[in-house]
Amino acid sequence: MGVSRRKFLKISGLSVLLGLGGKAAFELLAPGSIDAAMEPAPIGEGKRWAMVIDAKKCLEKQEKDGCKECIDICHRIHNVPNFGNPKEEIKWIWKETYEHTFPSRHNDYVSEDVHGKPFILLCNHCTNPPCVRVCPTKATWKRPDGVVMMDQHRCIGCRFCMAGCPYGSRSFNWGDSREAPKELNPDFPTNMEYPTRSKGVVEKCTFCAERLAKGQIPACVEACAKIKVNALHFGDLADEESEVRELLRHHYAIRRKPELGTEPNVFYLI
Amino acid sequence: MYDGGKIIVGLIIGLGLLLSPFLYNAGKATKAPEPQLTPKAKEAKVCVANTNFMTTKHMQLLDRWRDEVVREGKRYYKSPEGKVYYKSLQVTCLRCHSNKTKFCDECHNYMGVEPFCWECHIAPKEKE
Repeated sequence: MGVSRRKFLKISGLSVLLGLGGKAAFELLAPGSIDAAMEPAPIGEGKRWAMVIDAKKCLEKQEKDGCKECIDICHRIHNVPNFGNPKEEIKWIWKETYEHTFPSRHNDYVSEDVHGKPFILLCNHCTNPPCVRVCPTKATWKRPDGVVMMDQHRCIGCRFCMAGCPYGSRSFNWGDSREAPKELNPDFPTNMEYPTRSKGVVEKCTFCAERLAKGQIPACVEACAKIKVNALHFGDLADEESEVRELLRHHYAIRRKPELGTEPNVFYLI
Repeated sequence: MYDGGKIIVGLIIGLGLLLSPFLYNAGKATKAPEPQLTPKAKEAKVCVANTNFMTTKHMQLLDRWRDEVVREGKRYYKSPEGKVYYKSLQVTCLRCHSNKTKFCDECHNYMGVEPFCWECHIAPKEKE
């Protein structure tokens, strides 16, 4: 029943040919191409989501009626509780004075247009996010489309990211959000289609990842457009024709603490 | 053996005490609860996978969906029947199975498992 010498040589010859023509050949000639082809395309590949905030329009509207439409809608749809105590405050999008927003920019004779005026702040979705670098569990990471995402399932509540973020964009849940004072959160949870957060995790703005997945723009931008202020603009920086690129091309924009090298993706038109 | 009689009696009593709960409950095993379907779930007939798979493997499925949704942003699932589902415990699963106490909790209590899904994911309001 042995294999004849002739047959053995035939089989081994064929095997060598197959080996050369198969995966091995690809690896030899174009290393990595097979693995690359087998991986599904990552989310929003080639995109770089960014926000442009027209401070002039925003401040004008705030002057008129203290508008906080974007904050309200964001905190409503993401079930952000109000604990009524600044030490336990949870915020995804909030207001801060010009001096606090741009601490390295103010001088003794700052324009009255901005001096002490409230600016809208949110997570900057930095290109070099320090929070991602320090997270020990990869609970926060940078998606290929630029969103600095948060996975509450993995967060262990160590708060390294809060120490790492130079913008104060992250909030810690000191208590269960469902136990927030009822008189401050009368109809909590406000959105039955979005989860709340448990005690001991960090949360922040996700550029409305759940809405981006459906092809919608972030809720704050939509809310601002709805009241016809149009101070918030959202778009893809990688696309030359996008609205945000157009705005940045024709206006002078500043970012928060650019000297730190985090490359924020939220721009302010002054 | 000194005091052999006493020791043996003690051992028998001890063994008896140890086994008494088992003897007491012998043959009286509580029946496993059947998950109850809402009219809406009954009407739909098919879930995202067949019943057998869902009863035994729903936790693995939910775990996988969770990672795919949050980490990879893949929010839609296409079933072999060609139906597309939005992968969400709160929005998709519980919209059909809106009777969490009867559909989820009874069996979880019977099995003695305490999934922490509900710490964050909101269960629908149920009528008493």
